[in-house]
Amino acid sequence: MLTLTDIRKSYDTSEGSVTVLDGVSLSLPPGGTVALTGESGSGKSTLLHLAAGLDAPDGGSVEVAGQPMGRTDAERARMRRETVGLVFQQFNLIPSLDVAANMAFQARLAGRFDPAWQAELAGALGLSALLHRYPEQLSGGQQQRVAIGRALAGRPALILADEPTGNLDEATGDQVMALMLRLVADTGAALLMVTHSPRLAAMLDRHAHLRAGRLA
Amino acid sequence: MNALLSHWRRHPVQALMLVLGLALATALWTGVQAINAEARASYDRAASTLAQDRLPRLVAPRITLADYVALRRAGWQVSPVIEGDWQSLRLVGIEPLTMPSEGEGSPDFLTDGVILSSEPVDDPRVRAADLPPGLALTDIGVAAGIFGQDISYLVLVSGAAPPGYSVIRPTGADLSQLTESFHLNLTAFGWLAFGVGLFIVHSAVGLAFEQRRAMFRTLRALGVSARRLAAMLLAELLIFALVAGAAGVGLGWLIAAALLPDVAATLRGLYGADVGGTLNLRAEWWLVGLAIAVLGTLVAAGQSVWRLWRMPPLAPAQPRAWARESARAMRMQALAGFGLWLAAALLLLVPGLWAGFGVLAGLLLGGALILPFALALVMRHFGGGAVAQWFWADTRQQLPGLSLALMALLLALAANIGVGTMVGSFRTTFTAWLDQRLAADLYVEAADAETSARLLDWLGDRATALPMIQTEDTLDGRPVEVVGMVDAALFRRAWPLLQAVPDAWDRLAAGEVFVNEQMGLSPGDVTGMGTVAGVYADYGNPMPQVILSMDRHRAAYPLPILRHALITDLPASAIREAFPTVAVQNQAAIREASVQVFERTFAVTGALNVLTLGVAALAIFASLLTLSALRLPQLAPVWAAGMTRGRLAGLEFLRTLALAALVWVLALPMGLALAWVLLAVVNVEAFGWRLPMRLFPGDWLRLGGLSLIAAALAAALPVRRLARVRPAELLKVFAHER
Repeated sequence: MLTLTDIRKSYDTSEGSVTVLDGVSLSLPPGGTVALTGESGSGKSTLLHLAAGLDAPDGGSVEVAGQPMGRTDAERARMRRETVGLVFQQFNLIPSLDVAANMAFQARLAGRFDPAWQAELAGALGLSALLHRYPEQLSGGQQQRVAIGRALAGRPALILADEPTGNLDEATGDQVMALMLRLVADTGAALLMVTHSPRLAAMLDRHAHLRAGRLA
Repeated sequence: MNALLSHWRRHPVQALMLVLGLALATALWTGVQAINAEARASYDRAASTLAQDRLPRLVAPRITLADYVALRRAGWQVSPVIEGDWQSLRLVGIEPLTMPSEGEGSPDFLTDGVILSSEPVDDPRVRAADLPPGLALTDIGVAAGIFGQDISYLVLVSGAAPPGYSVIRPTGADLSQLTESFHLNLTAFGWLAFGVGLFIVHSAVGLAFEQRRAMFRTLRALGVSARRLAAMLLAELLIFALVAGAAGVGLGWLIAAALLPDVAATLRGLYGADVGGTLNLRAEWWLVGLAIAVLGTLVAAGQSVWRLWRMPPLAPAQPRAWARESARAMRMQALAGFGLWLAAALLLLVPGLWAGFGVLAGLLLGGALILPFALALVMRHFGGGAVAQWFWADTRQQLPGLSLALMALLLALAANIGVGTMVGSFRTTFTAWLDQRLAADLYVEAADAETSARLLDWLGDRATALPMIQTEDTLDGRPVEVVGMVDAALFRRAWPLLQAVPDAWDRLAAGEVFVNEQMGLSPGDVTGMGTVAGVYADYGNPMPQVILSMDRHRAAYPLPILRHALITDLPASAIREAFPTVAVQNQAAIREASVQVFERTFAVTGALNVLTLGVAALAIFASLLTLSALRLPQLAPVWAAGMTRGRLAGLEFLRTLALAALVWVLALPMGLALAWVLLAVVNVEAFGWRLPMRLFPGDWLRLGGLSLIAAALAAALPVRRLARVRPAELLKVFAHER
């Protein structure tokens, strides 16, 4: 479902070029779940962003659902909206849209909106009563559930999650995590999740560890 | 202080916006003040020099030196004046011993008989003097040498008028009142432009505050007191105010110098007031201009300084939307706006020019306050697909941050539509009225009765000559022009009667009167000169006017008839050739000259309109620049969901255009209401006549196009920045604490 081959990425800084990823290869089958761990600055988020097409690698290739990630901004944006669901630590909901519109946004953008599925998702996420509220009126846990709903609404082939419970307390984080894993399994999507927590990593099928830009 | 100022070194465009906004606001304000001050100085100069223009005049068919001497010997307090056209100047010859004068010129020509002139003339007797434009002043002896011994008129210095003379009262008081209303109009424009400029300052200072919030917090945490921080911020603003204020006053002077010739033409054309076309740089402008710049800065930056003052040392570091206002606040603001509109509606019941301006202020300010609420309300009905739904919802969310700039645009557009409609209505009505009033082919004026009689003999049956005569008198205690009119088919057909009783012309012949609109009377009203049979349009005339039949006029005012309207096929040149001293004007030339005066009259308002629109565009630019720095966290999730940066930038551009278009749509009814108040309230109070309102949809479309161009220019830089933002910048939104 996701194939990363020999990914390289470096950034220019005032002190010269810094290599963040140095030949990373990773493969994720349909329905598979992988936890990506590593120290701060080891390149976890960068790898996730490259897998999502949010940025382009300097070298190597990204393939999602059997299609190579496009080279242009427009091609990567199309791949992103049609095949990838993203969940961020900071939720990153669209502040001007209510819960229902936030959940539906990417699915509608991709032409994959299914009202029945959205209603089912909202019910499963416990959001049915909150559909007309705005992000600023929700708690952190509620916002993250909306973000998960948004990621899954278009039934994408791949879910990429960057510390999805990092901003939540442990109990809420566990609830959200369990919910996400169940819904990902229901849709048959693959999941690549960045986390610092060995406990959460243990809940996934596989575990990959990044160290100094390479998989350990 | 260094820490504070380093911000501006790192954000030079922002500093430029602050200085530019403040400089433009100050420039437009001081420019208008400079024009007003120069015009008023001209009036004062004229008033102090020309005592004879402020005193009643005695006129008779002929006044000789012997008549004058007899009157003085009999104890009448009169002074003789001989005047006429000389070297394209109005040369006034006075008798300094009997003429009261507050001017300083008299002693010069008492001694050696010089001619004091406002303009250079090739004559050894002429000396330059600080006189109103187009005027030359001399001793009556010199004038007699040029124009002959007959006295033009006597000035009644004090006491009653001697028998046998018609008294013409001066119109100086009315003139100053009328010109005052014109200056009030300009002042209102100046304040409007100043207010619009302050929106820019508010945006720039607000952005600088937001961007330095974290630094302020750190400084507070390190022990710098709120008082000291606020004082430093104020000192920083003071530096900006003084720099921008000085630039603004200089710019204002340039604007005033460029506009003054047109203003002078306006005042001459509309009111007959003479104003010099050159501008003096006065020291008080610098002081007042700098003071207003400082005051404006404090008003515009007040909110930011207050927030800094109130900021607790542990204020959150998260940047928040700087002008975020809740929906409730927007509703309250709209409620206040509706209250202002109600107050404006009630003010319509109060007479007076100031009440008229109060209505204008209420209308404009109320509209500006209602705008964000109205826009949000309109946008709630827009929707469609995911992108459209987000687009409009996001636009609604931007409203608090953009509202000040949009208000500025609304004010500029409404003022443009309002003033444009007024000027257009004026132009259409005025030219139609000119065509009616100038129905004859030629207009002739002889210098004396004898020439006039010879001219009529010469014309014979080659022309129908309709005598025209006018004098001044008082009617029911107010000075009026009294016109004598023959009953001619031409006048019956073309005279611009607005209201009339049946058989009005027959009634005029039978002893009733026509009055102009400025008299404020209706058909059937009774005056000291007779019952009103008709009311006619008399645009451009500051004086009330009464028309009597020619027979009645001749009986009441035994003056020679020197002017005639001619219905003829003769060319003007034929008359000029036969009678070189007779002034001949053809209808087309008079019409053309009148229209030219009119066009120049409103050139100033046109220029100020464009400048105000430019300032509004700058306000939008400043706001967009402000918001673009705060926009990334709002746009990054949309980008992450699969929208390209290019499309996002395109939508941002479209948003600015859509807002400008919506504001233009909302400005239309407001501008038309403004035009109605100008035409039906302010004009009536200021000039005494009411013009029918006409609509000019072509002008609105052109203005709509202009506002779109202004919005596009304002949005270009922020949108270009967004289109080129690096993914790494957007990814920071997801990686960093917000």
